[in-house]
Amino acid sequence: MKNLVILGAGTAGTMMANHLRPKLSKDLWNISIVDQYKTHYYQPGFLFLPFDTYTEEQVKKVGKKFIPKGVNYIQKKIEQIFPKENKVQLEDETLSYDILIIATGSKIAPEEVEGMKGKNWHKNVFDFYTYEGALALRNKLREWEGGKLLVHLTEMPIKCPVAPLEFAFLADSFFIKKGMRDKVEISYVTPLSGAFTKEKSAATLGYLLEEKNIKLETDFAIERVDNENNKIVDYGERAIDFDLLVTIPTNMGDDVIARSGMGDDLNFVPTHENSLQSKDHENVFVIGDATNVPASKAGSVAHFESETLTDNILLYIDGKPLKEEFDGHANCFIETGKNKALLIDFNYKQEPVEGTFPFPGIGPLKLLKESVFNHWGKLAFRWIYWNMLLKGISIPFVSRNMTTAGKKLD
Amino acid sequence: MTTTISGTEINVTEDGYLTDFSQWTPEIAKELAKNEEIELTDRHWEIIKWIQDRVNAGEALSIRGIKKSGVLDIKEFYALFPGGPLKLSTKIAGVPKPKSCI
Ligand SMILES: Cc1cc2nc3c(=O)[nH]c(=O)nc-3n(C[C@H](O)[C@H](O)[C@H](O)COP(=O)(O)OP(=O)(O)OC[C@H]3O[C@@H](n4cnc5c(N)ncnc54)[C@H](O)[C@@H]3O)c2cc1C
Repeated sequence: MKNLVILGAGTAGTMMANHLRPKLSKDLWNISIVDQYKTHYYQPGFLFLPFDTYTEEQVKKVGKKFIPKGVNYIQKKIEQIFPKENKVQLEDETLSYDILIIATGSKIAPEEVEGMKGKNWHKNVFDFYTYEGALALRNKLREWEGGKLLVHLTEMPIKCPVAPLEFAFLADSFFIKKGMRDKVEISYVTPLSGAFTKEKSAATLGYLLEEKNIKLETDFAIERVDNENNKIVDYGERAIDFDLLVTIPTNMGDDVIARSGMGDDLNFVPTHENSLQSKDHENVFVIGDATNVPASKAGSVAHFESETLTDNILLYIDGKPLKEEFDGHANCFIETGKNKALLIDFNYKQEPVEGTFPFPGIGPLKLLKESVFNHWGKLAFRWIYWNMLLKGISIPFVSRNMTTAGKKLD
Repeated sequence: MTTTISGTEINVTEDGYLTDFSQWTPEIAKELAKNEEIELTDRHWEIIKWIQDRVNAGEALSIRGIKKSGVLDIKEFYALFPGGPLKLSTKIAGVPKPKSCI
């Protein structure tokens, strides 16, 4: 018997288990999947939890429910990978593998910035990229009486790069609805040179911040959080005051990648951007947020990757050349508040542009333009996630590679 | 779009970043720096060269990368390119500015 081991049963690992079990003979291949936690979170829901739009129950389920029969689910912490020996050490056992799929994702690392995870962490300094952070922030927002709110992004890359902007837009709507928008000053603080850095997006979406009266602070490379004076300070000693700081801390791959000596500065695994094979070991493949490929770190990206990776694992087993096929395709809804959303569809080479999706000229979804229909799409994504994406079912009419049909190109 | 800098026509983005690195010359860099009120010293040229090498090797530039590089510390980076060092240094070096997905 041969062994295929999947590390991480989040979005990407779960998809791979569902894709591969029916395709690999049960007489020849054992498949195991390892994750430390019992609960599988719907992370896109963490954007809505703070505003009481979703309940706790809507964003979590028991992970094992989504692992197909015939796959060995191991709920343990992964201690170290030994790629030269084809072994993985778990907390109290060692697994051998013929093929390894790394899907350990990325997580926030607030300790990377001085003072961020200090005495005010989850008191007036919050993240919403974790279940705990999103819930703590919800409780804070329920009783907060207003003041200076900073929505802050520490450094790129982060998973779901649009989430902080969405948070700022939804906060505007939230405070309007509560009848206290005049008591809240919202600023968006970014290390980049603007909220929108791509030409087409900047041209078509620039109005959003102004319309919602959100102030913009650019080129802010944070050095520390000053917990005595409630300020964030950058390397040039520029300081911004806050009453409530909602930050996206540095995102990093899991420590197990560093312990195994397999990552870059941010613990992301060097990966071929078109085949998803790891650069250093031919029987190790990487998918989802754990890779260093220059695609967005998003569930939709993991979904498109999983289709290419499934084909490539089968080709690898047959000793055939891999498909250099994955194009960085991402498809993301962006909430803009007031029950509207944008949709963007792009890849490594093509920046987001206007158009219609998925049917050229028809839609019903609009690209790079606000619409109510797009907002329904974002809400439907939760159902699609639990019922289709995780199970490895293709989304109808949306192919793994991006199409230019229906897009307005110059 | 195109613009003319020190007598040469070059392709740039709306916000003035070169879209074709092969069009970059030290003269163009000097002009671009002057527009940002920066006088280029030997140290600036060293950093510009280093940035070009990194970007052309396919690396993403970040404050973290600069910090780990050992080439310069962040305070010096701010002192050389006041206000927005990544934004300004990439513009002068003729490479794309660091971006997000939108
Ligand atoms: C606020 C927010 C909003 C988002 N919105 C969207 C959206 O609208 N659309 C979209 O497409 N994507 C969105 N995303 C991104 C999406 O959730 C991720 O890209 C996706 O979950 C990545 O899947 P993954 O399998 O790579 O990682 P994960 O789903 O994070 O899974 C990694 C798994 O590995 C396990 N693991 C890691 N290390 C170890 C270890 N040492 N031992 C044992 N187990 C380990 C973890 O427990 C985890 O279960 C959002 C994310 C956030 C945080």
